[in-house]
Amino acid sequence: MTVYIFRRLLYTVPIVVGVLLLTFFLFSVVGGDISPQIAGKNADAQTIAEIRHEYGFDKPLFLSWDSQFVNHFRKALTFQFGRALDREKISEKILRGVGPSLSLTIPMFLGTLVLSLTLALLAAFVRGSWLDMVVVILCVAGMSIPYLSFIIYGQYFFAYKLGWFPILYMPEESLLTSLTLPVLIGIIAGLGGNLRFYRTVVLDEMRSDYVRTAFAKGLSTPQVLFKHVLKNALIPIITSVVLSIPYLFLGSLLLERFFGIPGLGSLMIEAIASRDFFIINAMTFIFSLLIVVFTLLTDICYAWADPRIKLE
Amino acid sequence: MPGPTRESNSNEHPAFAGLEEQIPPGRSLWADGLRRLRRQRLAVVCFWIVVLYLGLAGFEFAVEIFGWEKPAFVRWNEIVGPSYQKPMESYEWTDEQGRSCIRRAWMGTDFMGRSTLRRTLYGAKTSITVALCASLISLAIGVPLGAAAGYFRGWIDDLIIWLISTLSTIPYLLLLMAFAVVLRDRTFWGIELRGITSVYLAMGLTSWVGICRLIRGEFIKRKESEYVLAAKATGCSNARIIFSHLLPNVFHIIIIDLSLRFVDFIHAEVILSFLGLGETDKPSWGAMIDAARAELARDVWWEMTAATVAIFLLSLSLNLLGDALRDCLDPKLRMD
Repeated sequence: MTVYIFRRLLYTVPIVVGVLLLTFFLFSVVGGDISPQIAGKNADAQTIAEIRHEYGFDKPLFLSWDSQFVNHFRKALTFQFGRALDREKISEKILRGVGPSLSLTIPMFLGTLVLSLTLALLAAFVRGSWLDMVVVILCVAGMSIPYLSFIIYGQYFFAYKLGWFPILYMPEESLLTSLTLPVLIGIIAGLGGNLRFYRTVVLDEMRSDYVRTAFAKGLSTPQVLFKHVLKNALIPIITSVVLSIPYLFLGSLLLERFFGIPGLGSLMIEAIASRDFFIINAMTFIFSLLIVVFTLLTDICYAWADPRIKLE
Repeated sequence: MPGPTRESNSNEHPAFAGLEEQIPPGRSLWADGLRRLRRQRLAVVCFWIVVLYLGLAGFEFAVEIFGWEKPAFVRWNEIVGPSYQKPMESYEWTDEQGRSCIRRAWMGTDFMGRSTLRRTLYGAKTSITVALCASLISLAIGVPLGAAAGYFRGWIDDLIIWLISTLSTIPYLLLLMAFAVVLRDRTFWGIELRGITSVYLAMGLTSWVGICRLIRGEFIKRKESEYVLAAKATGCSNARIIFSHLLPNVFHIIIIDLSLRFVDFIHAEVILSFLGLGETDKPSWGAMIDAARAELARDVWWEMTAATVAIFLLSLSLNLLGDALRDCLDPKLRMD
């Protein structure tokens, strides 16, 4: 087991290096020297030169201990991402955004999970009937509506027209009042795709031999569904749950934007609007690292739970 | 030595006479799949809706390229009525010649008095161009890489797997936006990436991982099959085996993946346009939704709705058609 974990850890090294190479290529080689743009339109040559020096654009790209390439790796691996274009520390900005993002995404995620799993089991009850087909078509229809439309219409009807919820996030109000509407919109918008996925998982399980045995023993459908099928279907479901945890930290770009929630999605949108490559770079690296860690954890859990899994 | 023809064969053996009528003619995989597809009425309807959209986009494109006289519905920039005219209501309007007439805008007008219907129709061209170019780029990268990885294995496979796992480690939306931000308004080898060019480049360069994985898996599976062994035994080169034996046999996977991927591209275009990274001076569905979100507060709901319905219809048709294609062409991949 220790050997397995160690070797699995070694396999993550090339991936982290790959992410760093990609971001370096993207932001430093293709993106290049953006100091004139940071300085603004009316800056003189000296200001531009100062900024160029401060952000290290005047250093060589490769082949030096103080090159941009080495610094890119050094910054990322020590988590010293420096300052954003508005002079604030990037790490502080990111830490500040995690709380609001999580308070939006965790209820959204749990709500979608519970609702779509329940509906998927109910759909398995009526599998093959016209009701099942209606559910599938509704799921596809839900997946076909753009996410933005869900948000805009939801905000317009429930907050602006009916006034049931505040239109924007208000820090002085309780989280419950501020975040209910965005969470609900997120659940509805994500329901189609999730329900379809869980329905497939449940139906796959329904075809197994043990289900036929259970029915042959004379068990009722609810007994088979909730005692036998649910337990076995939990394996792919738990995998997808664990693997989506890093995405919870990322927040919801569009929901945060529309409801003015000061999370990481908003931070990302601000960074895009001001073309702040430093923030985008730092976020890309941190989230890739999170995903690597959670994939590693899932694999280790698998190996621990199932002795057949060995690393070739 | 040429073998005996079929007629001479049955003539020589009277016992086989009449047997040919009993053997049904063989059907290829494609003919069989399409026959099954034709039986599903919903899929056929979806197919024609998709064809309609593609035809519309193609027509708008042709009008621009060949400089044909523009029919009314292509002139999206024309001012046809007062600002924010409600849909389906008739209004009095003085046209360019100074004649006053009673008009009706089917889907209302925007803040400048331009027809929403025409802008929505024109948006089909922008969105479909983006999705088509992005698909072509992602196929051009993903298919050869997947084929090479699956066929040659060894260090080539390791390298490509490393690329795939690196790209799929970065959250997709972050990756897409990073590419779109960096590529926007830049000049490479004399080509300026303006408007939608940077959008589909960013989408194409980041989305090939899925198809690459699929093709690699199929190649690994089919590499050991008899027809590949037979081709090898007759001395076919690797290139010949890949291009004329293996690729035609996985082509249906490419088609299925493409039809489902297309939807993602159309939705991604909306998000990128909303973030200000998309088309700026011509109508696109994303730009329309982005513009309409401010107007909704003034009860101008038609622009937003028109773009949403346009996207919804195309996505729904593509989704249903893609699922039907998958069921018909490759029953083993069937989800439900």
